[in-house]
Amino acid sequence: MNRLLPFIGFMLLVALFGFGIWWNTQHDQSAIPSPLLNKPAPAFNLPKLYEPAQTVSKADLLGKPYLLNVFASWCIECGVEHPVLEAEGPSLGVLLVGYNYKDAPADAKRWLAEHGNPYNELIADESGQTAIDFGVYGAPESFLVDTKGVIRYKHIGPLTPDVVSQQLKPAIAAMLKEAK
Amino acid sequence: MSRPASGLLRVLMLVALLAFAGFAHAQAIEPMPFANRTQEVRFQHLTAQLRCPMCQNETLADSNAPIARDLRNQVFKLMQQGKSDEQIKQYLVDRYSSYVLYDPPLNRGTWLLWFGPLLILLAGAGVVLMAIRKRNRGNQMPAGPEPAENGDDW
Repeated sequence: MNRLLPFIGFMLLVALFGFGIWWNTQHDQSAIPSPLLNKPAPAFNLPKLYEPAQTVSKADLLGKPYLLNVFASWCIECGVEHPVLEAEGPSLGVLLVGYNYKDAPADAKRWLAEHGNPYNELIADESGQTAIDFGVYGAPESFLVDTKGVIRYKHIGPLTPDVVSQQLKPAIAAMLKEAK
Repeated sequence: MSRPASGLLRVLMLVALLAFAGFAHAQAIEPMPFANRTQEVRFQHLTAQLRCPMCQNETLADSNAPIARDLRNQVFKLMQQGKSDEQIKQYLVDRYSSYVLYDPPLNRGTWLLWFGPLLILLAGAGVVLMAIRKRNRGNQMPAGPEPAENGDDW
């Protein structure tokens, strides 16, 4: 038995090492869990991208559940996410609100003209000031907000078909069921 | 700023980052309109205790990421409003979680982080204690021929 001990110790270390590798493939190490989850979304009042004279506030959207999608023309992965939003957006059952983050309006419009515009509503946060209240630290990020203005789900990084079917759609279904 | 998914992209970005590392660092901290030297020292001290949420291994003071710049400006603004260091930290924790603190608070989610090393130390002490006891018992055996090699003296 004593002769086996070093080998057992070694195998335990191998197991720990393997677990570490497995864990890291399952989890996005750059995603920080948001403290805003299941809390009221911060108040905001931002100009529309296409009609900067008009603004959209949190109060304007109360009563309508929506997916707030933070994107920017400089964000490479937003280009990866965009076709998913185009394909899945209309069938989500909630409004799709585009949140143009730290972007020049001209760049954002050019980008949307090129990639298509899946958004029901488009707001622009050129300075990124309001985004700090949302705890945004990059793009893309997506927030699911319910009829009462509470954040129900957050995804950091691009929405992939897998994320949409396995996380976002169940979260929307649970939210709509509860609202009934 | 966006999160690279492919390995190749990661490598390319790393190469680019390394190539521009010195340049980026030289640009990292833009001058701020501090009222006096005390305020500047306080700002530097505070931002050095806060972690950039994007780059994760850099402090707010060191990082050149756009979000770090925005948060530095925010810290500066809050200082001008007369907020204390604790209030400013709480402001960031409310938005970005305690992740932004380099000195994590002691709570349910972090007790293992705080006491894990102590637990491992205690476990190690236990093993050593057991080994010593075993050896002492061996010494109390009546004198006789050397005990046969049993392979446990590794």
